[in-house]
Formats: sequence, structure tokens, C-alpha cells
Amino acid sequence: MRIVHTNAITKAIKEMCIEANLHLTEDVTNRLKKASLMENSDLGKKILGQLKENLEIAQKDLIPICQDTGMAVVFISIGQDVHLEGDYLETAINEGIRQGYEEGYLRKSVVNDPLLRENTKDNTPGIIHYSIIPGEDIEITVAPKGFGSENMSRVVMLKPSDGEEGIKKAVLETVKLAGPNACPPMVIGVGIGGTFEKCAILAKKALTRNLEESSKEEHIKRLEQELLKEINQTGIGPGGLGGNTTALGVNIEIYPTHIAGLPLAINICCHVNRHVKRVL
Amino acid sequence: MDKYITTPIDSSKVVGLKAGDYVYLSGKIYTARDAAHKRMFEALQQNKELPFDMTNQVIYYLGPTPAREGQVIGSAGPTTSSRMDKYTPTLLDLGLKGMIGKGKRNEDVIASMVRNKAVYFAAVGGAGALLSKCIKSSKVIAYEDLGTEAIRELWVENLPVIVVIDSNGNNFYELQMNSINS
Repeated sequence: MRIVHTNAITKAIKEMCIEANLHLTEDVTNRLKKASLMENSDLGKKILGQLKENLEIAQKDLIPICQDTGMAVVFISIGQDVHLEGDYLETAINEGIRQGYEEGYLRKSVVNDPLLRENTKDNTPGIIHYSIIPGEDIEITVAPKGFGSENMSRVVMLKPSDGEEGIKKAVLETVKLAGPNACPPMVIGVGIGGTFEKCAILAKKALTRNLEESSKEEHIKRLEQELLKEINQTGIGPGGLGGNTTALGVNIEIYPTHIAGLPLAINICCHVNRHVKRVL
Repeated sequence: MDKYITTPIDSSKVVGLKAGDYVYLSGKIYTARDAAHKRMFEALQQNKELPFDMTNQVIYYLGPTPAREGQVIGSAGPTTSSRMDKYTPTLLDLGLKGMIGKGKRNEDVIASMVRNKAVYFAAVGGAGALLSKCIKSSKVIAYEDLGTEAIRELWVENLPVIVVIDSNGNNFYELQMNSINS
């Protein structure tokens, strides 16, 4: 059994919140570079150039890539042979978010009650997804999620007979509805299967997977590629101002489901698809 | 077509701007987003004054990140405009001439823009670090308790924006989509 003090988790979360908001991971920046070479609209090319320049300024001058530094989504997987010491885990995670958003000059965008809407002034609480894994490691992913794109996301309870065609139709409809609102070029996270809530978590998790890593399932990998191609044929383009770069990638995660259902979640993200992973 | 425009903007300046124009905007503009709009709307319902005179002004739908020492402002890109649609026709009737945001507007807003001769610009979403470089001064003038959602008076130089909806109601998002689909 390994003993880990929760102070280490607080520190890691703090650093990851800051890092995620100032640097995009290489998979996303590579896709942006590739897109600017393939873009067929002059205005689209110009916007992709500005996004590239924006990333350089963010890194050089320590200004967040986007002013919406998001609600902090944390996936934490804890080895079952780990014993935690110190603060209650949830307290330690939220303390990390609190320190990260303060010390990193990040925007505090969380309100305490969805109707009363008073800003908590420290961006807590985060959205935390826990899981238990074999072994002694603690794996953490911090994915700050902006709401311009989050607001355009959907869960659809399809029928089994809707199949692959139904999935494609719903994803394309969602992307078209999002259009310029979701800051294209987008990254599309798709969750298929499970239950109503499971597919939504899968879609979020899909956004944290490296864009260069396709699904291990052949039929899902094909679906990812076909959807990306079809999304880029909608013409929405960078900034929604026309072009063939509407999405940088489509990641799909699946899970077993019930004989009567085909739950589908589409979590839209803008090009600022932040996700930092660490193993403690 | 590239154009250089200085605020304030009256109707004669607005009618010269056409959907698809690439505009470098300079001068004084104001920030206001969800909570500030709600509060201004409530002030009007109670016959109270607004924090600034809307006549010929431009609102930027922005909630910036905090500035580090030595910086004027933090990351400063546009937020989704449609969340302000409920309040916008009222502000246009009071003389507001321009809005900067991103994404679609509803029919009520567009009708009011045509009636009041106003213009809607989009700035590039997700480019807040780049856009912050065009902001030369920033000061909170109202609703300080709202934090990032407070109303700020900004001085901008050559802020790059695109006319998405012009004062005749031409919508560049739709024009682009139609030309691609035809």
C-alpha cells in the first residue's frame, strides 16, 4: 500500500489549472497547423493564423488563451492500493482549483446557485469524476471547459434502430446548430451507449483523449473519420465565417448499453480544447 | 473590404458598413455581458439611469481574465452574443449603435438593428490573448461587485472585427453558408 498526502493532489491540480489555460497540448496545435494549410477560404486562413498567433502570445506573455478559463473539470483515478492522508479528497481538489485560478490570473466564472447566480469568486466547486483503478498510481486530468461551446452540447436518447445513421444525423445537426456560437474550429467529443448520464461523461472524456489516438475499435475509428469529414463539409469554417475547417477532430467513446436504448451525447468544444494529464 | 472606424459611431457611419467588411475599430467602447445586461434592464424598469449614455456607443460582450501586474487587461475575447438577445432591442432603442460578440442573433435583435440603424460585429472567439493587445486602457465604471461581469470603459486601437449583420439586416454567416450550399 502506498500512502499519498492530499497536499500533493492540491499542488498538482493548482499547477494543471494554470498550465492548461496557458498552453494547448501538441495534438491540438498540430491539428491547427495542418488545418491552416488545408483551409480553402482566405478569411478562414486569416482566422486560423490569428488563432496560431494567439497561442504564441498566450505562452509568451502568460495571458490565458481564452478569457473563458472555464469550469474546472477533473477526472481522477485512484489506485485501489493507495491510502490518502490529509484533507478530504474533494476539499483538496477544490483547494487546488481555488489556488490555481487565483495564482494563475484566471477568470472566476462559477456561480453558487444556478438561479441565484452569485459568483463564488474562486471558480469552485469543480466538476469531479472519480474512479478506482488497480495499482498504486493516481491519474489526474484537468480539463477547464468553456461554456460558449458547452452550451451548444446535447444528449439525445436514440432508438436502437436509429443505428449509425441516426448517430451521424444527430451529431451533424448539433454541430450545425452550434455553428459560429461554439468558436469553430471545434473538437467534438461523442459518447455512445451506457445510460443518460453515462454517455454525457463519456463525451466529456472523449474530449480529453489525444486527437492523434483514434478509437481502438475499427468501426468506431471509421465513424470518427467519416464524421470529421462530413462536419468539415458543412462549410461553417473558422469563426463560423465559411471554410472547410469546422472541426479539428472527432473523438468517440463507447460503453455497453441496454437492449432498448442508444444513448448519444455530443460535447462540443472550441479549438481551446484544454486537457492536462499527470500521474502521481 | 478593410475599413478603419473610430467610435462613437452615428447612423451615417453605420450605414457605410456592409456584412463581410473587415473592420479595425478604435476609440472608446464598453464591456457588458449577462449579469450587467440583466442589471441594466432592471434599472430601466425602475426608471433608474444606466451607467453610461447608450447614444452612438458600442458594447463589447466581454468578461476578461484578471490583469497581471503591468498588463492593461487579461485575456479579452468575445462571449456568445445570443445570451444578450433578450435585452438588446431595448438598448438599441436607447441609441446603442454597435455590438461586438460572436455567434447568431435572433430576429427581434435584427429587426431592431434595421429600425435603429445599428451594426453587429464578430471578433474571433478563442483569441483573447491576441485581442487583449488592442486594448490600451480599461477601467471599471459600474457594477464592480459583478467582478469579470462589471461594466468597463475600454480604449481600443485597431481591434479586428468583422461585420456579421449590417444595418440592412444582411447576415454574413447566412450569406456565406448560402454561397457554399449553392
